[in-house]
Amino acid sequence: MTIPSTPSPSAPSDAPDAPDTADTPGTAVAPDTPLAAVRARPGAGLSAALGVFVLLAGWALWPSLFSAHDPLTGDTAQVLVPPGTEHWFGTDHLGRDLHSRVVHGASLTLRATFLAVGLGALAGGALGLVSGFAGGRTDGFLMRCVDVVQAVPGLLLSMAVITVLGFGTVNVAVAVGVSFVAAFARVTRAEVLRVSTATYVEAARAGGVRWGGVLVRHVLPNSAGPVLSLAAVQFGQAVLAVSALSFLGFGAAPPAPEWGSLVAEGRDYMVTAWWLTTLPGLVVVATVLSTHRISRAFDPETRRPV
Amino acid sequence: MGRHAHAVARRTRPAGFGTAGPGTGTVTRYVLRRLFQALLVLWAAYTATFALLYLLPSDPVSLMLRGGGEESFATPEQEAELRERWGFDQPPAIQYLTMLGLALTGDLGTSLTTGQPVVAALAEALPPTAQLAGAALVTAVLLGGGVAVAATYTRSPLLARFLTALPPVGVAMPTFWVGLVLVQVVSFQWGLLTALGGETSAAGLVLPALTLSLPVAALIAQVLSDGLRAELARPHTTTARAKGASRARVHLAHALSGGVLPTLTLVGVVTGELLAGAVVVETVFSRPGIGRITATAVEAQDLPLVQGVVLLAAVVFVLANLLVDLLLPLLDPRVRIGARRPGGAAA
Repeated sequence: MTIPSTPSPSAPSDAPDAPDTADTPGTAVAPDTPLAAVRARPGAGLSAALGVFVLLAGWALWPSLFSAHDPLTGDTAQVLVPPGTEHWFGTDHLGRDLHSRVVHGASLTLRATFLAVGLGALAGGALGLVSGFAGGRTDGFLMRCVDVVQAVPGLLLSMAVITVLGFGTVNVAVAVGVSFVAAFARVTRAEVLRVSTATYVEAARAGGVRWGGVLVRHVLPNSAGPVLSLAAVQFGQAVLAVSALSFLGFGAAPPAPEWGSLVAEGRDYMVTAWWLTTLPGLVVVATVLSTHRISRAFDPETRRPV
Repeated sequence: MGRHAHAVARRTRPAGFGTAGPGTGTVTRYVLRRLFQALLVLWAAYTATFALLYLLPSDPVSLMLRGGGEESFATPEQEAELRERWGFDQPPAIQYLTMLGLALTGDLGTSLTTGQPVVAALAEALPPTAQLAGAALVTAVLLGGGVAVAATYTRSPLLARFLTALPPVGVAMPTFWVGLVLVQVVSFQWGLLTALGGETSAAGLVLPALTLSLPVAALIAQVLSDGLRAELARPHTTTARAKGASRARVHLAHALSGGVLPTLTLVGVVTGELLAGAVVVETVFSRPGIGRITATAVEAQDLPLVQGVVLLAAVVFVLANLLVDLLLPLLDPRVRIGARRPGGAAA
C-alpha cells in the first residue's frame, strides 16, 4: 500500500520503464545518470501498481477471503483500538474492524467506478462516433453541446444529476458517468475523424462497403485505442469522484462501508483515532496512483503522467 | 485529468462557437464576438440545466415533498396546489419560456426549502467562497509554478525526478482526505491554525485554501513544466544562452514567457473547478459559502438552488475563459487577431 504513495528515490512509483522514455525527449534525464539503473530494471513502479490493482480486484470480488472480521458487526470490548496485529487498520467507535470495512467497501466503490466509466465510455463513445462519422451539422450541434457541458465542473454536474435521481451507490455511479460523457465524446470524435481520412477507409468505401460496414469493421477498431486509454485514466478520476460524493453523504446508506463514507464517519473521532480517516484515504490514493500508472503503460503514445 | 488535458487542447485553438475565420477585423469585433459566444454558452447551460432538472421523468413537486427518500404527508390536493403555485402544471415549453424570461431579469426563482430568492442566497454565500477560491488560486499558481520551475531548472536528476513525481501524487489525493489529514496534523498535533468551526479569519483560511489548491497546483505544475521543457528545447533559448544570458535568465525570462501560455489557458479552465472543489472543502472545514449551499441543496433536492449553483459555475467558467482569451493575444503575438496559427483549425 505504501509503495505507490511514497515516491522514494530508490524506486519511484513514477519511474518510467525504458520504453517509456524512448519517445519523450526532453523529459528524461541524461542517459548516463545513476537513474539509468533504475530505468533498466523494467517496471518497478508498474509492477507495484499492478500488484495493488490485483489486490483490489481480490478485495472487490472475494472480500471474505481478505478480511478476518465482519464489516458490519462490532465488538464493544474493542472500541477505537489503534492499528496493530489483531486489527490491521484499527477499529471504529462501534468496535468494527476498519480493515474488513475497507475490504468490503472495495466492491461497492469499485463497482460504482466501473459502472461510471463504462457508462461514460459507452454514451460518450457513441456520441463521438456519430458526431465524427456524420460530420456537418450533426457534428457541429453535438460538439457545441459538449462544449456547454464542459463549462460546468464535473462534480457539480454529478451533483445536479443526483438531485434528480436521488441517493445511492448506483445513482452516484450514473452521476459520475454522466460527467464523463463529454470527455469521451470529444476523444472518440477526434479519433474517428483521424481514422475516417485514412487510405484504408477510403479504399473500403471505394470498394463498395456500406457505411455501417466501414464503421464497424474499420473505423471502430482503429479508433478504440486512445478511447480505452482515456477510460483507464478516467478510472482513477472516477474513484476520486465516487468517493467524494460518498463522503458528502450521497452514496449508500450509513452502515454500508463505502470508502468515502468511511472517511466521513471517521471525522468525529479525528482527535483520538487518526486511523479512521487516514487509512481509508490512503487506500483511495493507492488505487488512483496505480490506475494512473497502469493507464500510462497501456497508452501507445506514452503521454505525460496523470 | 483527461478532461483538463482535452479542454486545454481544445481551448488553444480559436474560440469554439460560431465561425472563427482568420483575420475578421478589429479588436472590438473580436471582443464583441467573444462576448456573444459567452452569452450563447450561458443560455445553453440554462437550457441544459432546465432540461435535466425539470424535464426528466422526475417531478419537482414530489421531489420536494419526498425530501431525500422520506414519505410525503401531503394530500394529492395539496400537491396539485403546490404544483399550480410554482407553475409546474404548465406545459414544459411555457414553463421554460417563463423561467428564462425571469432569469433574464435576474430572477432565478426561490429556494424550495428556505423560500429565499436563489440570487440572494448565492450573493450572500459568494464572498466567503470567492475569498477561499481566490486564495486557493494564488496558492496553486505559486506552488505549481514553483515546482515546475524547480523541476526543470535543477541539475540534480534525483531532485528533478522527485519534483516530476509530485504532480501525479497531487491529483491522486482525494480533496476531502487531504483536508482532514491537514487538520489532524497541523491543528490537532501541532496545535496551529485551529481552522474548524466556520471562522473566516486569515488564519482559518490557510488550511482550506491549501487543500483546495493542491489538485490545481498539481495540474499547473504538470502543464507548466511541459511548457518550459518545450520552450527550452527550442532554438530561441539556445540563441539567448549563446549570446551570454545566464541560465536563470534564459529559464525565467525567455522560456517562461512562452512556456506559460498553455498554463494560462489551463487556469481559465480550472477556475470553475475551484467552485466544485469548494463543495468538498467547505464541508470538511465547516465553512459557510457556495459549497455548503450546494451540498444542502442537493440533499434537500432543492431544484432552483441547484440550478442557480450550476449556472454560477458556468458564469465563472465563461468569465475566466473570456478573460484568458482576451489576455492571451496581449502575451502571445502568434495568436493576435489576424495572425492565427494556420494549424489552429485542425480538430
